[in-house]
Amino acid sequence: MNPRDIPPAAFHASGAEVQALEFGYVRSPDQDGDAPALHPVVIVGAGPVGLSLAIDLAQRGQRVVVLDNDHKLSIGSRAICFSKRTLEIWDRLGVGQRMVDKGVSWNVGKVFLKDAQLYEFNLLPEEGHERPAFINLQQYYAEAYLVERALQLPGIDIRWHNKVTTVAQRADGALLTIDTPDGPYQIDAQWVAACDGSRSPVRQMLGLESKGRIFQDRFLIADVRLRGDADFPTERWFWFDPPFHPGQSVLLHRQPDNVWRIDFQLGWDADPEEEKKPENILPRVKALLGADAQFDLDWASVYTFACLRMDSFVHSRVVFAGDSAHGVSPFGARGANSGVQDAENLAWKLHWVLTGRAGPALLATYGPEREYAADENLRNSTRATDFITPKSEASRLFRDAVLHLARDHAFARRIVNSGRLSVPATLSESPLNTPDADRFAGTLAPGAVLPDAPLTRQGRATWLLRELGPDFTLLVFGPVPAWAAALPQVHVLQMGVDVQDTQGLAAQRLDGQAGTAYLVRPDQHVCARWRTPTEAAVRAALARATAHEETRPC
Amino acid sequence: MLNTQPHLQACDDFYEALIAAHQGLSAPESHAMNARLVLLLANHIGDHAALLQALELARGTAPQGTAERQSITPVAPTHAAA
Repeated sequence: MNPRDIPPAAFHASGAEVQALEFGYVRSPDQDGDAPALHPVVIVGAGPVGLSLAIDLAQRGQRVVVLDNDHKLSIGSRAICFSKRTLEIWDRLGVGQRMVDKGVSWNVGKVFLKDAQLYEFNLLPEEGHERPAFINLQQYYAEAYLVERALQLPGIDIRWHNKVTTVAQRADGALLTIDTPDGPYQIDAQWVAACDGSRSPVRQMLGLESKGRIFQDRFLIADVRLRGDADFPTERWFWFDPPFHPGQSVLLHRQPDNVWRIDFQLGWDADPEEEKKPENILPRVKALLGADAQFDLDWASVYTFACLRMDSFVHSRVVFAGDSAHGVSPFGARGANSGVQDAENLAWKLHWVLTGRAGPALLATYGPEREYAADENLRNSTRATDFITPKSEASRLFRDAVLHLARDHAFARRIVNSGRLSVPATLSESPLNTPDADRFAGTLAPGAVLPDAPLTRQGRATWLLRELGPDFTLLVFGPVPAWAAALPQVHVLQMGVDVQDTQGLAAQRLDGQAGTAYLVRPDQHVCARWRTPTEAAVRAALARATAHEETRPC
Repeated sequence: MLNTQPHLQACDDFYEALIAAHQGLSAPESHAMNARLVLLLANHIGDHAALLQALELARGTAPQGTAERQSITPVAPTHAAA
């Protein structure tokens, strides 16, 4: 079926129906031209990262082509944990509420050793944020809502059954050859965003590599649909050495539709073909849920993983985002979430460059900013993996010592690592930041995502992040200087006038005093702040945040 | 800074107690106890620089870095077909 003819209800259907959706091939006029059509942005891959990028660009008014070699959504639940930051980004893209409504919200995790709880943690210990620490949602639902949103935007042209076969780079673009059911055609892209996953064909076509460590361990994912009620609360439960799966680890997560994700560590010697047979999975699940549990096996997969990344995410006019650029272990939910943050970092920079608001130097900062974030994700993911699956005698010795001590000692519980869950990187070393000249209380620093806070607008509840503009925002506590209205691509938000900080949480989280101003990037990261901003200082910070080499005289 | 000057209040008494604490343990049990001991003492010290210095002194050579990133393209994660 032509994707634009798919009725909206199809995107709200059951998991099985959503996974069965097929997006038909539609011949593009580009296939009939004499010369390759020129497009400003071509995105390869219609997964969560490529779709988020496409929607962000289209909302900014850009024309985007998305090429996907397949014609279906994700098969299997795959990436199920979507973080607070991802939801905030999706709120900006118009799909956050859909995800939250369908998803299972959670903040609490529990860690068990054998049959006893070691400790529990709350990933969002304070009130006053619109979004929870995480929702769990099957990847096919997330993709369905993103596709539905993308199809509403006239600027997005998603071409299913379009497989990129060659990429010829030039200094000012790239020529793509694409295979279709009607045969090959070519298009000329000013910019190519390779969001084509961990095996990234584009990366391979360019002869580039992603480097890192493979972990010698195998894991079994079993998604089971319970019949009747489950006793498990909506929390992340992690066991070291549980009685029902001795010597290994197990992770349990709730998903929508009464489906539970169970992740069994199997060890390196396990035979993936044997382990994924239902007759071998069912006893493992029954050992956890009890012999009487009534359930159906929804999806199963045996996987290995690597922690790795490309040396550089920007290669002339081809930019890599998501799994094509970096890969992490699943412990920490840092894969899809970091990919969506890549997309958000890339979208506004591409838009600024395409509209001539900034030069290629701005786009070039996507690389170091997201490589820095990838390193942080890799570090956390690798450490968790080393703790969960120790790879040397000494590593196991200390891991077991930590678990032993954790039963009685708080310090050891802090060392226990079952995954340090995704939080957005503070881009503290970014050249786009203007370092603080004034003193601010608290841990917030330039480069961090602006923390959310509850506000009211004309008596109605709203949230700080919802009130930011699509471009830059100058958030001012107290009177707004007269010159602020003339700043280019800056939305001025005045606390106490435009919105009311009725609970005082915005002032508390931002150390906001009369006169304090924050300059917030289009991706909601803080890039500068002042106690008493001057026009010259704000213009200089804007020039810096858009990688203009010289600050314009005022 | 790690203090490597004499600091133990009763060095012979401590040494005797340390050996006695391992009495009757198998070698793996002794290793496990030592690991717990290291963690307890490390938490008591707390100072990160001092602990790194102790690791270096104890090993006697510069520590090896974390595993170097090597090319492993084509890559995992690999979901076997369901």
